[in-house]
Amino acid sequence: MNTSEPKQEDHPPEGAWALVFVAWFIASASTLGALFLSQVMGIAPCVLCWYQRIFMFPLVFILAAGLFPFDARLVRYSLPLAVVGWTIALFHVLIVAGVVPENIRPCAQGIPCKEQPIEWFGFLTIPLLSLMAFSLIGLLLMATHFKVSK
Amino acid sequence: MKKNTQAKNHALAAKAGQGKKAVFIVSAIVLLMVFVLGALIYNRDKLDKSAQVAEQNLAFLAREHAPRLGPAEAKVHLVEFFDPACGTCREFYPLVKELMKANRDQLRLSLRYAPFHPGSDNVVRILEAARKQDKFWPTLEAVFATQAYWAPNHKAEVEYVWPQLGNLGLDLERIKRDMYAPEIDRILAQDLADAKALNVTMTPEFFVNGRPLPSFGPDQLKKLVRDAVAKAY
Repeated sequence: MNTSEPKQEDHPPEGAWALVFVAWFIASASTLGALFLSQVMGIAPCVLCWYQRIFMFPLVFILAAGLFPFDARLVRYSLPLAVVGWTIALFHVLIVAGVVPENIRPCAQGIPCKEQPIEWFGFLTIPLLSLMAFSLIGLLLMATHFKVSK
Repeated sequence: MKKNTQAKNHALAAKAGQGKKAVFIVSAIVLLMVFVLGALIYNRDKLDKSAQVAEQNLAFLAREHAPRLGPAEAKVHLVEFFDPACGTCREFYPLVKELMKANRDQLRLSLRYAPFHPGSDNVVRILEAARKQDKFWPTLEAVFATQAYWAPNHKAEVEYVWPQLGNLGLDLERIKRDMYAPEIDRILAQDLADAKALNVTMTPEFFVNGRPLPSFGPDQLKKLVRDAVAKAY
């Protein structure tokens, strides 16, 4: 009788909540980090950074909404954002690394996407941090999906 | 029996749910606190540093070629980096004039160019060429007043500037000849190089005796000038 009821569970599979919570935490830390770079340190975001922000910022709210009460369908709504954000971040990292040739660079005007204002430890740039964050969020959401569907 | 375990499960879930909520709220608060504390620490460090570099800034700020206002012996030197196509620069102009008036004997002003908008370097060239006809300030005021006409969509269109300069008594033909003179190239290059050295990335940017604004805003500028005047006199 209850089979078509949404999986809005009081007690989700063990650990699924924690996976989503960690994904939310990463998204929130990334969002605040991005705001710190632009609003506090005054580093203007380039075009590609803006697109990554567009896919990162809403995750904070979508994932939080899916945590209380836990709703397994949140994967459906948040994974597309994480995947597209991940793709843009990867593209950005490839531009910085010089793998993607200059002439298909989409941001020749305004703030250059290639020049990196920050290089922590000699390799950790902002787009690389973004790629890491999107990768972790994507993996956590996929893990959540498998845990719930089991 | 079954009902009993269900109720028990519910109670357990409710308890777990409360624990989760606490974890969530505490995490959110910690994240926000890290952000706010980080911002406070960062800004304090920046302020300390800016006081240290004020001395070094002076070399980049004292350029003889810049258009000036106010008595040369005034002890407080206000330097503004501006872009003729920048709307905020236009809005700050009356305030700068007011400050000059209020501190007639203590304050002198130098204007430096930071034409960051596309095409606005040409408007700077017009201003410099007008300066040769002793009409820099009226031209600057006309350019600011009509900014909306010649800089639609934040792009300076030099051909729309000419009609706005009609009744200033300028020799426009001479301006068109003068504006690409090599000395104007040099002024533009020098100002942009100094802007870069001083880390000017947005306009307007103000320096009062070498000190940048602690944070952007008209009140901060007034206070910086007031403090510098109080210190110097």
